[in-house]
Amino acid sequence: MIETESLTKKFGDLTAVDSLTLHVDEGEVFGFLGPNGAGKTTTIRMLACLISKTSGAAKIGDYEIGNSADQQKIRGIIGLVPDNVGLYEELSAYKNLDFYGRYYKVDESKRKERIEYFLKMLGLWDMRDLAAGTFSKGMKQKLAIARALIHDPQVLFLDEPTVNLDPEASKTVRDFILELKKEKKTVFLNTHNLDEAQRICDRIGILNTKLMAMGTPAELERSARGRKIVVQLESVSEAIISAVKKVGTSDVVVEDNKLIIGVGNPEKENPDVVSAIGAAGGRIQFVTEASSTLEDVYLKLVRSQ
Amino acid sequence: MIELDLQNAWSVASKDFETFKSRKGVIYATILFPLGIALGFPGIVAAIWHIYPSSASAGGSFTPFLDAFSFWFVIGAASLPSGIASYSIVGEKIQKSLEPLLATPMADSDILLGKCVASFVPPMASIYAGSVIYMILMDALTRSVLGYLYYPNWSFGVILLVLAPLASILSIELTVILSSHANDIRAVQQFTGVMFFPFIIIYVMTEINVIPLNTINLLIMSGIFLVADLFLFYLSTATFKREEILTKWK
Repeated sequence: MIETESLTKKFGDLTAVDSLTLHVDEGEVFGFLGPNGAGKTTTIRMLACLISKTSGAAKIGDYEIGNSADQQKIRGIIGLVPDNVGLYEELSAYKNLDFYGRYYKVDESKRKERIEYFLKMLGLWDMRDLAAGTFSKGMKQKLAIARALIHDPQVLFLDEPTVNLDPEASKTVRDFILELKKEKKTVFLNTHNLDEAQRICDRIGILNTKLMAMGTPAELERSARGRKIVVQLESVSEAIISAVKKVGTSDVVVEDNKLIIGVGNPEKENPDVVSAIGAAGGRIQFVTEASSTLEDVYLKLVRSQ
Repeated sequence: MIELDLQNAWSVASKDFETFKSRKGVIYATILFPLGIALGFPGIVAAIWHIYPSSASAGGSFTPFLDAFSFWFVIGAASLPSGIASYSIVGEKIQKSLEPLLATPMADSDILLGKCVASFVPPMASIYAGSVIYMILMDALTRSVLGYLYYPNWSFGVILLVLAPLASILSIELTVILSSHANDIRAVQQFTGVMFFPFIIIYVMTEINVIPLNTINLLIMSGIFLVADLFLFYLSTATFKREEILTKWK
């Protein structure tokens, strides 16, 4: 549904997005992770035909980004929720959706039907006549998502949809995104929230101007080089830590009575580590594997650049 | 060649009309300025004639003043739209509502036209309503002295149908251009307020009869405005582009 090939955007001498190549399948929820200034919003803006690309190619469906004849068609099949929701604060929730329905030329009966559907689904129907400016951040975010869906787009771009939301409102938004997935909508989600990405995204791309990694959350976790074991002891002493380090690993972190030890080859090194701890007087209660988290992968990739 | 979708432009204008309803200050200014001209100048003439009855018997010697008074409708047309246009563009910029609007399939030119229509129609409607009241009151007042109805006349026709709309368009285009550099509605209104002064100078020159407001002079002024409008149209359409708005507007 979305394809990019060496997509690049430069602002003068600054490269905001560098040779981005990716594809997002129809009905997929794709998460874009990256620090501030990584180029996530710029990517969405290029894909939404809001700003031009400097080089490379990109397609949404059968339409080509950068082809002037396709720009309006692309905007007609996508919905965008920007990081600042940008509602018409003086207008009611209903009118906000109604005007956007008109902008997308949704006919009146369909417009009414969809407005009612979304406002009821998002629990805003009883507040439909209240000015959007009086809404909480969560309600505004939900209304902005409904606005982006009013014309039944095939692709939805969400830029930090849960930022500044309380946990309950975040959950509502996440649940709504999962509902969209059931409807086979393609969702392209920019987020800083690793937990959110892990929960709702089929695949994740980690961007820091360049695409650093891409895959399912499980694939990314597995991709982190090296593994860790957690050894729970009755008590930890300097002698035990030294003994473990002598075995050959310097990656030892102490948390309470736990040692978190980085091991390159667990099958070979674990028996030596356990023996060394025992020889140093350590009494082992549990040994478990600590797999890398998405956070580990993210930080490793972002810091490596 | 700019292609326009009038349905799109009207949708944008409709939204701005709806928002306009909540801007009480702008509504009052839009209504009261032309109404002030319509009631104020006949009131001044009536008061002067009441205090100095001899001035009323001076035949048609006061008619240049009537022409000068009518120029205030041009001043209104030049100053009132910027209030609405600045809310319409800078207001949306502040609310961050331009980005989702720009993500719709509407062309930049449709959005710009919609915003221009929203800024143009209410002040011009108010100017025309005020001018009707003004003509009726002035005619009622002066008919017995002049022996004929002074309004409507060709000069006032040019003022209302040519010069005032061109002045209004000039004001809107200037506001669009200034909006790209401002994040404060009042700042834009202050800048566009500068537009007031050339018109005041023209007004003073008509009062002292340096520029008689006859049909020929008004058509010459209209020609100058038209050239300025076309030049600013080029600049404002170049300014109001998606990429410019999202990456270069402050």
